Amino acid sequence: MATYSTNEFKSGLKIMLDGDPYAIVENEFVKPGKGQAFNRVKVRNLKTGRTIERTFKSGDTAEGADVVDVELQYLYNDGEYWHFMDPQSYEQLTADAATVGDAAKWLKDEAICQVTLWNGVPLSVTPPIFVIMTIVETDPGLRGDTSGGGGKPATLETGAVVRVPLFVQSGEVIKVDTRTGDYVSRVKD
Amino acid sequence: MEAAAWRPAADWATLRLRAELLRRIRAFFAARGVLEVETPLLSAAAITDSHLSSFATVYSGPGPRHGQTLYLHTSPEFPMKRLLAAGSGCIYQIARVFRDGEAGRRHSPEFTLLEWYRVGFDHHRLMDEVAELATALLADRRLLAKPERLSYRQAFQRHLSLDPHRATVAELTVCAERQGVSIPPGMPAEDVDPWLDLLLTQRIEPHLGQGRLTFLYDYPASQAALARLRREDPPVGERFELYLDGVELANGFHELGDAVEQRSRFEAENAARRAQGLPVMPLDEHLLAALAVGLPDCAGVALGFDRLVMLAAGKTALAETLAFPFEQA
Repeated sequence: MATYSTNEFKSGLKIMLDGDPYAIVENEFVKPGKGQAFNRVKVRNLKTGRTIERTFKSGDTAEGADVVDVELQYLYNDGEYWHFMDPQSYEQLTADAATVGDAAKWLKDEAICQVTLWNGVPLSVTPPIFVIMTIVETDPGLRGDTSGGGGKPATLETGAVVRVPLFVQSGEVIKVDTRTGDYVSRVKD
Repeated sequence: MEAAAWRPAADWATLRLRAELLRRIRAFFAARGVLEVETPLLSAAAITDSHLSSFATVYSGPGPRHGQTLYLHTSPEFPMKRLLAAGSGCIYQIARVFRDGEAGRRHSPEFTLLEWYRVGFDHHRLMDEVAELATALLADRRLLAKPERLSYRQAFQRHLSLDPHRATVAELTVCAERQGVSIPPGMPAEDVDPWLDLLLTQRIEPHLGQGRLTFLYDYPASQAALARLRREDPPVGERFELYLDGVELANGFHELGDAVEQRSRFEAENAARRAQGLPVMPLDEHLLAALAVGLPDCAGVALGFDRLVMLAAGKTALAETLAFPFEQA
């Protein structure tokens, strides 16, 4: 893997620190007028999501991390692992619960997800921004109330719970924004 | 880059403020009988300080300098001292200067320095004048308390309970760890200065110049640069820096006038360059010849004009004060 000089640091660059892959969030050049220059860098651990601060002497180098984002199709969950497939090569990859994290509740068969790979192994999973899901359970609510105000919880087929307007009923299909977990609209068959 | 990259980065109010501050600086020095001068930006000699990197270019002739490598100055200090040795009296210059490898929110590879020299002043008297100028330029835009003066040692004692003139690398390492400072890989085991720089930039500078001008003065002898040393135990360099809002604004010296001492510092810096694999720089023999004849007792200071504009305008990045920042040049 390539090494990067502090002169090449910029946000988004993936580097290795203490054996973990990190993404640079912010890079600041700090230099006293007559002394040693430093790069003060905010980095996000791509395994844990935690952001920390690190300092480098300007001109020093860091090893690049072999981290890439790929689009994979979700296949199924066997109870322990989530299985994905590369739609081009048909190569299959598995990810554990820690890797899938919160994305699990948005994963439905055949969804195309963005999977971050580190040395070819899944590091994190980002679900599609919008998913279409069937409501399996919600209180009947008030017929005729179409104001959309208030809302009520609804359980979706994957177990995810979202707030929906009162007029939306069990068995209906809805569109949800996975970035916020917000209801977007009803989907007519 | 956006479609409008040809447009100025700074807003018109800031560009008008730049012009206004330049006007007031010139009026300030005119009223005090300090002469404005201009000296070459391109020079056959260059600064030897291993922390500064000069842009180099080659002159293609005609004339005796045909084929010679010339360097863009990092400050107008050397030729201004030649003027002083030749009897100019007090002088100032507003100059574009160039430093390779320096870019960031508060750094630009090309920037404007206001540099001035006062004959008969020591560094304390010059600090008085720097405070007067900065106050005159900022008073109508910023509410500032009375300026504060802190020795380098006092600053370390106040913020880190440590004597910077006596601390060892081991003690500085323990201090950095206790302070939760991220220690860069490859810090030297035998040289205290990078450790002092690390602690200063990470844990002291943010406290300096809060609501007032703060002067830091009397630096470790190893960081004296072009300042004269005062024989104390341990000796200190008669150097100062000015801070406002945690931002370093100016660096000044009670100027070293000893040609022999100056040559040995240049040579030591070039030796450090060689050891670090950096190019060795040609010494400014004109400066050394001028010092040998005699530099009048004087103090000098260089003030980062763009940073001053930034703080006066309430901006946080140099790019917001420049018509066309480096990336758009």
